[in-house]
Amino acid sequence: MTLATENLLKPKDFATDQDPRWCPGCGDYAILNSVQRALAKQGIAPHKIATIAGIGCSSRFPYYMATYGFHTIHGRAPAVATGLKVARPDLQVWVATGDGDALSIGGNHFIHAVRRNVDVKVLLFNNRIYGLTKGQYSPTSELGKKTKSSPQGTVDNPFLPMSLAIGAEASFMGRSIDVDGKTLGDVLGAAAAHKGTAFVEIMQNCNIFNDGAWDHLSSKEFRADMTILLEHDKPMIFGANRDKGIRLNGLRPEVVTIGENGVTESDLWVHDAHDEDPTRAFLLSRMEYPAFPVPVGVIRAVQRPVYDALVNAQIVEQQAVKKANLQSLLNGRSTWTVA
Amino acid sequence: MTASATSAKPREVRESVIIRFAGDSGDGIQLTGNQFSAASALAGNDTATFPDYPAEIRAPTGTLFGVSGFQLHFASRDILTPGDRADVLVVMSPAALAVNRKWLKPNGILIANADSFQAKNLKMAGYTENPLEDGSLADFQLFQLDLSRLTNDALQGYGLSAKEVERCKNYFALGLVFWLFERDGGLVEDEIRRKFATKQLLLDANLKVFHAGWDYGENTELFALRYSVPSAKDIAPGTYRSIAGNEAVALGLVAASHRAGLDLFYGSYPITPATDILHTFAGLKEFGVRTFQAEDEIAAICATIGAAYGNQLAVTGTSGPGIALKSEAMGLAVMTELPLVIVNVQRGGPSTGLPTKTEQADLLQVLYGRNGESPMPVLAARSAGDAFESAFEAARIAVKYRVPVVLLTDGAIANGAEPWKIPDVDSLPIIEPNLLDDAAKLNGEPLLPYLRDPETLARPWIKLGTPGLEHRIGGLEKWDKTGHIAYDPQNHHNMVKVRQAKVDGIAAEIPPSHVEGPETGDVLVVTWGSPYGAALTAVRELQAQGLSVAHTNLRWLNPLPPDLHRILQKYRVVLVPEINNGQLVKVLRAAYALDIQQYNRISGLPLSVAELRDAIVNVLPH
Repeated sequence: MTLATENLLKPKDFATDQDPRWCPGCGDYAILNSVQRALAKQGIAPHKIATIAGIGCSSRFPYYMATYGFHTIHGRAPAVATGLKVARPDLQVWVATGDGDALSIGGNHFIHAVRRNVDVKVLLFNNRIYGLTKGQYSPTSELGKKTKSSPQGTVDNPFLPMSLAIGAEASFMGRSIDVDGKTLGDVLGAAAAHKGTAFVEIMQNCNIFNDGAWDHLSSKEFRADMTILLEHDKPMIFGANRDKGIRLNGLRPEVVTIGENGVTESDLWVHDAHDEDPTRAFLLSRMEYPAFPVPVGVIRAVQRPVYDALVNAQIVEQQAVKKANLQSLLNGRSTWTVA
Repeated sequence: MTASATSAKPREVRESVIIRFAGDSGDGIQLTGNQFSAASALAGNDTATFPDYPAEIRAPTGTLFGVSGFQLHFASRDILTPGDRADVLVVMSPAALAVNRKWLKPNGILIANADSFQAKNLKMAGYTENPLEDGSLADFQLFQLDLSRLTNDALQGYGLSAKEVERCKNYFALGLVFWLFERDGGLVEDEIRRKFATKQLLLDANLKVFHAGWDYGENTELFALRYSVPSAKDIAPGTYRSIAGNEAVALGLVAASHRAGLDLFYGSYPITPATDILHTFAGLKEFGVRTFQAEDEIAAICATIGAAYGNQLAVTGTSGPGIALKSEAMGLAVMTELPLVIVNVQRGGPSTGLPTKTEQADLLQVLYGRNGESPMPVLAARSAGDAFESAFEAARIAVKYRVPVVLLTDGAIANGAEPWKIPDVDSLPIIEPNLLDDAAKLNGEPLLPYLRDPETLARPWIKLGTPGLEHRIGGLEKWDKTGHIAYDPQNHHNMVKVRQAKVDGIAAEIPPSHVEGPETGDVLVVTWGSPYGAALTAVRELQAQGLSVAHTNLRWLNPLPPDLHRILQKYRVVLVPEINNGQLVKVLRAAYALDIQQYNRISGLPLSVAELRDAIVNVLPH
């Protein structure tokens, strides 16, 4: 397929003939549309892409993507994707996963994929609940949350997925709300272009078991005040009136109002997505509701060596310096002959 | 100077010798044993080895649990086992003696490092009196050497620390036994030169000590006699090398990848006793071998499944505890019908069990240890050399039938070495991956990822990245042919049956069973895995006494050889010896509803020829 044809790709070229089996009103529909749009936009043909998932509502994703696809087992998608990407660096590999899949049963694979910087895009559909098993708390459920398995409220402290990722040396972190198509599309586009593990947290609503999970951020009423869209090299400004900002006091972020107490735009924290030092990315990962607006957009995008590329470079390197002779390999170092 | 075979002392010719070296974990026992084995193989002997080492890397010096042993059987005839009990035992410490004296034959040669038989070491080994002096070793020919002192004397003027001198003493012992058994020292000298290439002082010192050990044998009055084991005569012509099971598995799989034209992917997590397979593969990048040292056993197999989906020859390897962790993913490979080889180097269990000891107790685990109806072909290697062929066959079947295949070896096979007749690469079968790699091959029909080959029932292995062949697979039940998700009751029934039929159909690949002995008779001994050698040796010895006994070994455990039922019925008694509580015997009884006898010892050690001889005699019909 020529590049010219690829540029004419439409979102529907990434849709299969299978009807999604998500509940009507599920946030996953919006995510599926955004991903199909982002893939059409980047112009890589469906046959050069593989979509890998674990188990959970979100992990049905591969069935609805007209790429190569593998619906694996619970929590293991990053591991399957790692093997596939090492074997087939020519394919673009996407992982669809949920908060239980990626952070609970698959936590180990998630952090190790991120640490190795395998060139896969990991989409974390975070709805803070177990949906497919009908409503138990997840590792991102807020403390005290009442669910079927926590009738008196949870007593487990949740993960902040971004803090976990930065602790594992994430080279790319992006975040969006499911219904914010513009931001989600931009983040997915940046993730697609990134070399290395691109971790995207999508705050997704489960309208059956955790309806309104992100209303405090996503509703039109609060969104401008409770989220902050990060843009590289731009001061961190937010608010319905664009009059609030984040200032760094040493290593302590604080919310300030522009024009009050002598605060001007030049006092604000300027976002540097390419800062190799993870310290400030970690500070961003800790900015949580309600004390802070929750950062969305591309939080971090730095270059560091990519695992699958390094593995394959060693193969090429050894093939250049050593001749692969199977017979002499079988012969080994010393032989003897029986006549 | 090269240690040569010339000597003024008389020699006694022996047909075979079993020698056992034992010492602390840090004494270099495994190295010593391996070098002696290699020299014996080069001298034309048939050889078999049995490393017997503890799980601790450097257990505290002098402790019983830290004793490392290495047994070598070398002979001027075809041998199949490392031998039951030793003719010669070399012990570096009281603890080594305490642990190993039971393995020395009466009147056997006992060479002891007398320097280490001091109060503290004696106490740690549980001796109240020095056994070298209290007459308790009167059953043996005892030779006492002050190894530490002799090594120190040889290294006067080298300026080495006491600790460095002590580390050289295993080469003194090796030099002495090389003299005693007329082994050529060139190989050891080469190894010393390689090992200490960048440390000239240690290179010189170790060479010097090795030669001093040789000269000591020649000059001391302690040894009046040398022993000679001529080269073996009944060995098939060909070029040979020494190989251990783990290396043979790796080479067999690399050879298969070469013959299939597929790069090899090996996903693994370090685990005793399988780790050497990972080490071997990691050094073979020029063959297109990619190794993935995963974060855990589950990731190891899942990445391997990813590589299989990506059209590489995908292999994962582990031991029993790792299989337990991989089980769910093994089921995924069954469901998605991808080619995969899963190597299980069995060790003592359950749980962590006996990491460095051998056992055969994972057969039922790999046959049945998964949720749902999850049939999987299972093969077992019978010896180190046979592991090459078994591994190659496992890969061939995996690719041809698009199925995960288990290859069983065990600790004894993995670490034990034997001479191996090196195959000619061009004589190895070609493996045809037969990838579906072009949408034009569909002839305008829609892609059906679960359309089956009518003969093998294999589904297509679709080349990822091909335009028009995009498809989805997964662990959910699927419709026949299309592979779409399906919960239909009759379809599930059909799919369970077809997955089973595919594995059952592999029986067509199994060649006629080889039975050594009479076609009908009193006793047939059936083995799988490492007891093969001891069982066949026992059977041959009893045949020589005129008894009506025969032996057959199973490489294929699932499916079973099609002719096996008929063969079993031709003997009055069938006996299955295993290093487990009776696993194959259960499978055979269930398959054929026959009354089959069992013999089991589960002590972490190989079965011996002597006990199997007794076991066979015990079941002889009267």
